[in-house]
Amino acid sequence: MTEMLSYDFMQRALLAAVLVGITAPAVGIYLVQRRQALMGDGMGHVAMTGVGLGFIFQTSPVWMAVLVCVLGAVTMELVRSRGNQRGDIALAMLFYGGMACGKLLVSLSAEAGSGSLESYLWGSILTVAPADLAAIAVLGAVVIAVTVGLRRQLFAICQDEDFARVTGLPVRTLNLLLAVMAAVTVTVAMRVVGLLLVSALMVVPVVAAQQLTRSFAATQAASIALGVVVSLAGVTGSYHLDVPSGPAIVLLAIAVFAVFSALAAPLARRRHRGNTEHGPKVCDGRPPVRGPERTSSDTTTPERRAGLAQ
Amino acid sequence: MTHPIPPAVRLRDAVASRGGRPVLRGVDLTVQPGEVVALLGANGSGKSTTVKTVIGSVPLEHGTLELFGTPYGSFRAWHRIGYVPQRTTAASGVPATVREVVSTGRLPQHRLLPFRRKDRAAVDRALAAVGMLERAGDGVADLSGGQQQRVLIARALVGSPDLLIMDEPMAGVDAASQQVLADTLRSEVGRGSAVLLVLHELGPLEPLIDRTVVLRDGCVAHDGPPVPETGLHALPGHDHVHPHADLTPPRLLA
Repeated sequence: MTEMLSYDFMQRALLAAVLVGITAPAVGIYLVQRRQALMGDGMGHVAMTGVGLGFIFQTSPVWMAVLVCVLGAVTMELVRSRGNQRGDIALAMLFYGGMACGKLLVSLSAEAGSGSLESYLWGSILTVAPADLAAIAVLGAVVIAVTVGLRRQLFAICQDEDFARVTGLPVRTLNLLLAVMAAVTVTVAMRVVGLLLVSALMVVPVVAAQQLTRSFAATQAASIALGVVVSLAGVTGSYHLDVPSGPAIVLLAIAVFAVFSALAAPLARRRHRGNTEHGPKVCDGRPPVRGPERTSSDTTTPERRAGLAQ
Repeated sequence: MTHPIPPAVRLRDAVASRGGRPVLRGVDLTVQPGEVVALLGANGSGKSTTVKTVIGSVPLEHGTLELFGTPYGSFRAWHRIGYVPQRTTAASGVPATVREVVSTGRLPQHRLLPFRRKDRAAVDRALAAVGMLERAGDGVADLSGGQQQRVLIARALVGSPDLLIMDEPMAGVDAASQQVLADTLRSEVGRGSAVLLVLHELGPLEPLIDRTVVLRDGCVAHDGPPVPETGLHALPGHDHVHPHADLTPPRLLA
């Protein structure tokens, strides 16, 4: 363990993992609440165009991805808020177009090596440079401040948008803010888990946590804690086993989800045990028509016949 | 007759459409302070759309809307309005407790400031008023339809509004919850709150209602005192499009 921590690149990797472990579920919970769990996936596809533009113009792919992803997220939010019935088709075009455009731009660029796009698709946490870490830290701090600081406001617009409007909240502004935060998170997490698995870190810790929680606040806290734990464990495991960190983090999160789901049923039963005092444990009254009795006596009483007829 | 206090709702010549289909074709609707107005009409007559234009979630294509004497565009006193939407599945993708859902009703009071002790006390009072205080820590997804409806009403009452807007509050609600709703509404009216109710039929709320507005095909077909006992069915030209009214006899025969 101490040997692992003595390397600068591992220190940076673990710090980046902690930041992403906090931010991804902190934003993802609102997407899950609004049943837009796959939105992060779409943003990851759109971000590929940003990476491609970064290669073409020889600028930082991270900042270019932030720019393109924010534009994509704002477009998605405008399509969603208009409630257009063909909205999902528009989103599909955006997702596929973003991915295709990204690959095309990368192949056109001068420094197109076979591994250059790969590192953004699957993440390459061990190559996080000090400048990358600074960008991740700044962006992560903004995302955390917004998603935790405006929890009551964002909860209200994701729970019931019409009601939120009647409380006087600036619903459109908050929706756009949430979309931009999601876009920023996708690009922050890009180096750690990769664009193809970004959405998993936004969604899986949340759905794992909510197997055991009843309140939104507890779900948010638990999913952030879980995000940090699986990110750190995934990076540590990938160092010792020499496997890529992104897939290790995601598979670990899914394993936690499976364990929590298995625990959820007995816990719910215990929780409801207190509520059953008012009634009998099982139905004790037997309906009048039952089993073999029916064949022997159903012709005798008209009530029985009426019961069978229904 | 002129009122010194401006009406709570003043909708004039409202024209609105949803998904390209015209739904309101020039609706006038006024709710005076302290007045209880029931909005009636067949399915598709524009009742819910009228309410959604009043709260601003369906934009007006033509016509004007004033809330408490202020044009909609410059209205900011949202703490004066409590809204109870039509109950869909109250549960969202992430679990939330009854208290968390009702607390969103205090957003006009605390805004960006932290949720304080007096906000929590207001949530407790609203939950007690609908008999749901002991379920405050339970998940809304675990409640029955009638209990969820009571939670949505507590959320609207938590800011002590001067105007309560309710869309089909009695739909799919068991008898016990209907009684709680009627009692809650009576005490709100006693407090001096104006109420705009969308109803399918007057039913048990009839004694509370001052005036009924009947919509047909996006136009106001009747605006006046409720017709006792018979309600909507006594109105001239009533065309019996309620599904339950037509279906009940055959179901009984079967």
